[in-house]
Amino acid sequence: MLVTGVTRYIGSALAGLLADQPGVDRVIGVDAALPEPAERSRMGAAEFVRADIRNPLIARVLVAAAIDTVVHASASASPVTAAARSMAKEMNVLGTMQLLAACQQSMAVQRLLVRSTAAVYGDSARDPAVADEGLQTSSLPFGGAARDAVDIEGYVRSFARRRPDVRVAVPRFAQIVGPTVRNPLTNHFSLSPFVPVLAGRDARLQLIHEADVVAVLRRLVLGDFAGTVNVAGSGMLTVTQAVHRAGRLPLPIPRSALDIAGRLSALSPLGAFSPAAVRLLAEGRVLDTRKLHTEVGFTPVFSTPEAFDDFARTLRPFLDPDAVRSAERRLGGLLGLRPPLAADGPSGATVVDRADRAVRGGGSPANQAGGNAAAGTATAKTSTARTGTARTATGRNVAGGAERPRLVGIDGSAGGRPKVRRRSGSPPGPAGGRPR
Amino acid sequence: MTDPESGPGELPPQPDSPVSEAGWQRSLAGGLAFLRRRLTGDYQVDEFGYDADFTEHVLLPPLRLLYERWFRVTALTVENVPSTGGALLVANHSGTIAVDALMTALAVADHHPAHRMLRMLGADLLFDTPVLGPLARRGGNTLACQEDAERLLNSGEVVSVFPEGFKGVGKPFSQRYRLQRFGRGGFVSAAVRAGVPIVPCAIVGAEEIYPMIGNIKPLARALGWPYFPVTPTFPLLGPLGAIPLPSKWLIEFGEPIPTDDLPAGAAEDPMVVFNLADRVRETIQQSLYRLLLRRGHPFLG
Repeated sequence: MLVTGVTRYIGSALAGLLADQPGVDRVIGVDAALPEPAERSRMGAAEFVRADIRNPLIARVLVAAAIDTVVHASASASPVTAAARSMAKEMNVLGTMQLLAACQQSMAVQRLLVRSTAAVYGDSARDPAVADEGLQTSSLPFGGAARDAVDIEGYVRSFARRRPDVRVAVPRFAQIVGPTVRNPLTNHFSLSPFVPVLAGRDARLQLIHEADVVAVLRRLVLGDFAGTVNVAGSGMLTVTQAVHRAGRLPLPIPRSALDIAGRLSALSPLGAFSPAAVRLLAEGRVLDTRKLHTEVGFTPVFSTPEAFDDFARTLRPFLDPDAVRSAERRLGGLLGLRPPLAADGPSGATVVDRADRAVRGGGSPANQAGGNAAAGTATAKTSTARTGTARTATGRNVAGGAERPRLVGIDGSAGGRPKVRRRSGSPPGPAGGRPR
Repeated sequence: MTDPESGPGELPPQPDSPVSEAGWQRSLAGGLAFLRRRLTGDYQVDEFGYDADFTEHVLLPPLRLLYERWFRVTALTVENVPSTGGALLVANHSGTIAVDALMTALAVADHHPAHRMLRMLGADLLFDTPVLGPLARRGGNTLACQEDAERLLNSGEVVSVFPEGFKGVGKPFSQRYRLQRFGRGGFVSAAVRAGVPIVPCAIVGAEEIYPMIGNIKPLARALGWPYFPVTPTFPLLGPLGAIPLPSKWLIEFGEPIPTDDLPAGAAEDPMVVFNLADRVRETIQQSLYRLLLRRGHPFLG
């Protein structure tokens, strides 16, 4: 097997995982750069070959190692600076073309996996709110990584036509987050205390956890699915909601002032932000993941909010949810609300909490216990806990270590669970959460 | 219709004033809790962007004031909207800006026994507009297209649709209460495919809120709007022209028209679809005439 892009988290983790797989005798990770020690250790038993996929040399690697499975995990990275942008186009599009050419040459290749992105759907207001794989968008994405991804998918389709004997799978991933992965999105949310967002817009953000990305790629390599499939954690967050969940404050900037604000921000003590990342964030789309559940037989362990919270754990919050809660109580006390509000103890049966629970449609009382909950994420985790109860199988993975999430045992986590979550995006509580 | 004066000052001294104080405290505490949830991002949003918490606490209260005090809306036979499962509510559209959609939603949310939240289908222009677009999504609206409509209907939501579209809201005052064309009947095929009933809904009162007596077409073209309204108060009085006239409203929800008894593949049969669309249109038109007679004076009711 051959895995590209092993200097990134996804590629290296996947290579390591596949190398441990019984029945897989050899995994070669390739990249144009040398992997860092962390990536090298993630690669485990996989070998590393330094090769640039834009170079025809890659064809010789394929033949020499008698590669039967090619996983192109590095396609469509989303760079943000202009210089990196042209470089990335080179890598993304031309690299993929070279790799496909090499695959077409080598008759040993049986399986091909090319990682794509949900950005191919664009984010036009004229398109349906939820994109399924067959969606014909009203306009093609103009420029940028999204355009690259559209081009790449086109090349992959023509490859599939020329080599019908090869099983080709193209997963379209939502934006990837996680404690380890570094991309424009995670960098952007690391800004503190203000996270610039586009004024007057509040895109719907759907995410997929890095561990789920690796797990679904593994499932696609070892399974027999062929075709295009959307991959995203269930549910969604709006951009401002995500900013708040990360314990930060959104800073709305008009689109026209974005570039100048970006340049000015480099001088400010708050740190530079990337206007392109703001634009990237403003592209909202939600994916229909029914095909992932039914045809691939995979259910991501992390929902979108859970994936985001798992990433946000690694950030230092500017606004701690516990601090907000105690400020609320203090303010309530000042305004003459009954003093027991503040010191009602673990029952949590205060006016505030009751109103709170009513609105959420009778959510979990466990996390309402009060300010002494651990680790400062009690409030943010409330919804996590609630969805978690319905899916107890996920518990062990969510609880996985702080420094590196354990990779998901697919057979245990996805295959064993009944696939009942037809409405992937529906909130777990009663939909209209108004108090009655 | 409204109580002339129902401020707290006019009320006789209440025997159980602690109760009212608790109510006051509860709403204040509720407000604080809401702010905290906003600040920590601790709320649920569905895949269409519907934010129940925000809708209940921010969007609905001002609309409720408009509904009860300004338009004095009377919701009739609201129980014709099914209490469970999907349904498609089809209504006439009028009033220069789509206040009628909001009032209908409030009628069902407040006066239906199951307090269902309508999911409205809107034009792409709305979702393309900054501020308004995200706000519309938070309120549970989504783009008027087959895919979104069917997805919502299949997941058991009540979807409301205004097939006249801009032709309805932007029609001149002289054409009031005359239904415009019903598009291509896409709403019918969505309902038939999902097998949900169609509830015809007639709204009387919205025509008079901004009587459109003119349309400055070049300005509309320049702004990319479907029309540029001229009303007796707009643009003459500037921002004051945005205050709607206080007409008396009646909203009637008709008998649901079942679609699950149609033969398989009916959604693919244009004749069935057109006939059904026509039937819905006729029903609404007849109800409109009936309600107009019942209402009498447009402003006094």
